[in-house]
Amino acid sequence: MRDRLIFAGQLLFTIGVAAFLVVPVVLSISAGVTVNYFRGISSGVTLQWVAQVWNLYYDTILLSFLIAFATLVVTLGIGVPAAYALHTRGGRLSRLIEETITLPIAIPGLAIALALLLTYGGFRSFRTSWLFILTGHVIFTMPFMVRSVMAVFATIDVKTLDEGAASLGASPARRFLDVIVPNAAPGILAGALMVVTLSLGEFNLTWMLHTPLTKTLPIGLADSYASMRLEVASAYTLIFFIMIIPLLVAMQMLADQGARK
Amino acid sequence: MNVTAGHGASVRIECCGKTFADGTRALESATLDIARGETLVLLGPSGCGKTTMLRIIAGLELPDPGGKILFDDKDVTSVAIERRNVGMVFQSYALFPNMTVADNIAYGLKIRGVGKNERAVRVAELVALTNITGLENRRIDQLSGGQRQRVALARAVAIRPRILLLDEPLTALDAALRDRLRGELNRLLRALGITTIYVTHDQAEAMELGDRIVVMRKGEIAQIGTPREIYFTPQNRFVAEFIGAANIIEAPIERGDLVLPGGRQPTGGDASQPGAVAMIRPESIAIRSGFRSRQMRFVSCLRRTESQCHLAQFTLRRFRISISSLRVRWPMAASTRQRRWSAASRR
Repeated sequence: MRDRLIFAGQLLFTIGVAAFLVVPVVLSISAGVTVNYFRGISSGVTLQWVAQVWNLYYDTILLSFLIAFATLVVTLGIGVPAAYALHTRGGRLSRLIEETITLPIAIPGLAIALALLLTYGGFRSFRTSWLFILTGHVIFTMPFMVRSVMAVFATIDVKTLDEGAASLGASPARRFLDVIVPNAAPGILAGALMVVTLSLGEFNLTWMLHTPLTKTLPIGLADSYASMRLEVASAYTLIFFIMIIPLLVAMQMLADQGARK
Repeated sequence: MNVTAGHGASVRIECCGKTFADGTRALESATLDIARGETLVLLGPSGCGKTTMLRIIAGLELPDPGGKILFDDKDVTSVAIERRNVGMVFQSYALFPNMTVADNIAYGLKIRGVGKNERAVRVAELVALTNITGLENRRIDQLSGGQRQRVALARAVAIRPRILLLDEPLTALDAALRDRLRGELNRLLRALGITTIYVTHDQAEAMELGDRIVVMRKGEIAQIGTPREIYFTPQNRFVAEFIGAANIIEAPIERGDLVLPGGRQPTGGDASQPGAVAMIRPESIAIRSGFRSRQMRFVSCLRRTESQCHLAQFTLRRFRISISSLRVRWPMAASTRQRRWSAASRR
């Protein structure tokens, strides 16, 4: 009897907390599909706001995906070999580089953006292209890729695997592609999903770096919150949700798979 | 069985020492020749430099400046491991978890551009040779320790290496399996006839597998010799004590005779010294009737070549003698004699 009471109490508390977090989400989504928010859902359900957002902002959405994908390519191309090098070399210099790479997690995005603007703001064509935002995103997401790949390297005996492949005649590049990368795949995948998610949702940095022609999804979101009617802003949130949720689910599933191994 | 027979290179290690970046001196400058087709065992306690020497031969470590490694009289010191054509079995096996057993074995061949059909034939050969038929499509994490060891060996041999290097390949296994695999490994190495360098800290392995044994201590070579030489004529106290059971007796020398607790024994070597350290194997001691109970006589009888692994069939008994204790090998079968002498032995 007592156990059941305790269980019921815990269940109620959990539901309460979940509701506290979920209700705003539901309200926001429902606002996005309501004809008139102030008259409530009784005014009718519509997709017109969603369509309007798409028409107004589809270029920012596309640019966001372009930047996220490019960020992923760069972090994979640099981050994975970097993690490999940092892991196999070891030593004080490696620790130092690792800490330096990790620094952007602690430094506010605004500060990084300011530093980038101060340094490269003068190069007009670079400053006004989406590559400028890409640079910021790479700096911001790189630690997540490097860290998650290094975490996997720590669980497998990279050095011995590498030496094993070398003893069979494989060149360093072959060893990396045939043995190291496949065995680090769970970490690389987890890192990749994290990078894409972070890049899609990044606001701080991007807000400082963007130009009217290089807006990403979250910047557009802020824009619509500031200047559009509530229904449009909410519809925007809805679109953002639809894009980001599958990524989060995939990330969770991968993490589960990694844990089972 | 003629899978790689007659395909070995001679190895010469010339003045190879190794000092690591942190200043640790892992290996004193050593020179060593290994004949074509020979099985050489590097034996010693952990931290004696044996693995370092193996890694230098493999090409995983560079010797200190001045050191040279020659394969068939060709200098390979600056050649990377991937171009030395050596087969290596690691202590942890280093099998690739992302590949099946067959893919692991075939990997070296794939790197060498061997065609798919030929690879399959070779894998089938090696799977049969190492007794792992039926496991070809398993993943590595589905294998037992002994099976992994066989896969690692098959993979190393698949590329028809000139030299086979084994770094404590049986250490990770339990004792019973280790004994069985040791016998298998011995037959396999003899059949292959490749030059083999085998690192171990287990003297039984060294005795059974080695044509010659290099006993190492603190980065230096303590003795090089056949198992028989190492066992019966150790050159120093370390080797005597490290290999097998030994009775070490420090005794004074009088008129060319070693004065032992039980009697006198002519010294084999320099008699001008005031004293010497004598070593006698437990099995070299016979206990005879006709003496009083506490009188022990040393009767040298270095007659039989018996490797250490057979020691388990005997009992080692300790006898008190005046200055220390003496271990004597006591045959199990001689139970009647045992009874007769139990009174004399006064355990």
